[in-house]
Amino acid sequence: MPEQVVFGMEVFLNGLMAGVLYALVALGFVLIYKASGIFNYAQGVMALFSAMTLVGVMNGQVPFSHLINAIFGTEIHHFGWHLPALAGILLTMGIMVILAWLVQKVIFKHLVNQAPIILFMATIGLAYFMEGFGDLMWGGEIKKLDVGIPQGINLWIDETTFNIFDYGFFIDNLDIFATVVAIFLVFALVAFAQYTKQGRAMRAVADDHQAALSVGVSLNFIWVMVWSLAGFVALIAGIMWGTKSGVQFSLSLIALKALPVLMLGGFTSIPGAIVGGLIIGVGEKMFEFLVGPLIGGATENWFAYVLALLFLVFRPQGLFGEKIIERV
Amino acid sequence: MLDQAEAYLTADGRQIGPVVMEMKNITLRFGGVEAIKDISFDIREGEIRAIIGPNGAGKSSMLNVISGFYVPQEGEVFYKGEPRAHMKPYEVARQGIARTFQNIALFEGMSVLDNVMTGRLIHMKANLFSQALWRGKAEHEEIANREVAEKIIDFLEIQAIRKTSVSRLPYGLKKRVELARALVAEPSLLLLDEPMAGMNVEEKEDMSRFILDVNDEFGTTIALIEHDMGVVMDLSDRVVVMDYGKKIGDGTPDEVRNNQDVIDAYLGVSHD
Repeated sequence: MPEQVVFGMEVFLNGLMAGVLYALVALGFVLIYKASGIFNYAQGVMALFSAMTLVGVMNGQVPFSHLINAIFGTEIHHFGWHLPALAGILLTMGIMVILAWLVQKVIFKHLVNQAPIILFMATIGLAYFMEGFGDLMWGGEIKKLDVGIPQGINLWIDETTFNIFDYGFFIDNLDIFATVVAIFLVFALVAFAQYTKQGRAMRAVADDHQAALSVGVSLNFIWVMVWSLAGFVALIAGIMWGTKSGVQFSLSLIALKALPVLMLGGFTSIPGAIVGGLIIGVGEKMFEFLVGPLIGGATENWFAYVLALLFLVFRPQGLFGEKIIERV
Repeated sequence: MLDQAEAYLTADGRQIGPVVMEMKNITLRFGGVEAIKDISFDIREGEIRAIIGPNGAGKSSMLNVISGFYVPQEGEVFYKGEPRAHMKPYEVARQGIARTFQNIALFEGMSVLDNVMTGRLIHMKANLFSQALWRGKAEHEEIANREVAEKIIDFLEIQAIRKTSVSRLPYGLKKRVELARALVAEPSLLLLDEPMAGMNVEEKEDMSRFILDVNDEFGTTIALIEHDMGVVMDLSDRVVVMDYGKKIGDGTPDEVRNNQDVIDAYLGVSHD
């Protein structure tokens, strides 16, 4: 097989893997949008915050230690323990649930039935607040996150492909792991939304508040649940991205990469987030590989947005989103 | 007025039981506006109870008090003999009070069947994981719930549109789906907010028939609001008449029809 084709296959595979990571972030957006019509700008920051919290909790860091030390002149930094990854993740999830409850209690409970733009602005405020709050709580330096996910080149794939094509594919173990987790997550979320009482209640709330109340659904409970779920997805995304590139501020910017994914997949579809992510991931890698050299490269930065723009023009509801029909 | 005997039979042989819900001296204000002024009445088990009155009489406010959407400033609500604490609407629903809405509140994104199934939410007890995996208790529960839903769907003659998205249905059918969703919860009290509003004569007749059948077949206690006098008089066992937030009449349709205050409220009275 010609070398270019084999190389193209490797690019394709890597694109798929990158797409999965985009999709993980997009999922969080879809969940909240589906259940409350809120476009949650803070989703990326939630991923950052959860990753920071996870690192802090695992290392036994004292929250707000800088603040405490500055006020009281003390020198405390660590509790002096190290938690295993699983315990750290569970504890962090607990914190994300508390956060979800607070977000609902303090902000969105008071904004029921407000215009979408107001809810959107509130999430922008939330994003900046959480960014600063996270820094204050855990410190702003770049942190290393290691929860024991395998990393580095997958030797088996390298060897097998070398035997077949005479060229070893470079596939990162972390990417493979993230893909497996994402697939599992999607099945779990779809099963949850379609088959469980809470999932059905969630869809009911998304559709009509009054009607949901009349069949015995507590709006508050569902919203806290949805924000917790979004926190959970943010935590998973935070773990994957944090392991890949360190826990740092730029993590919150992956939210911007999720936007074109949502345009493609539709804001209301869980499978759409995955397919959209894969298309963007593969699309930008293949475009760079095939067209990039002809026009001087660096297409990865804008390809996703141009694709999203095309979708906005020709299919605004995305691939899987609900069609917007206005009756006149 | 009816006597306060515990139970009696109607002319057509239906059993009317003890009082299910009692409203005692209810007053509801919105700022300075008194929407309901010191109203008392009761609803008995198995009866069809109507609340009627001209536009703006406070009928819908009354229904919203019963269903917990509004909390009255004064007065007490007794449900099954117990004074009802201030409850959230979803708690009221879980106590067995189902309702429909004047301007239809359905889940537009779901099919008819899914809409009806949401009415069973309060009856689902299995845990999250068995539900997601559809195993064990959840499986039996889902099948049992589905059976109830299908029975009601058959009963209201909407089998043909079971899988249709609600957003594509005409008005009359939407009303019927909403009724199905309320019924499937097997409520001990069913509240209907203007079930016939905006319907043509044929649809009104269908709806009247369904309301009577529901009451007859399942023995469901029904409280309904209407401003179409004719329909109400044919349907209900007892009628409360409201005007400007006050109760001006209460009794059987015949008693109400001959009540001078009611006639004045509906036909108008000269103030000279």
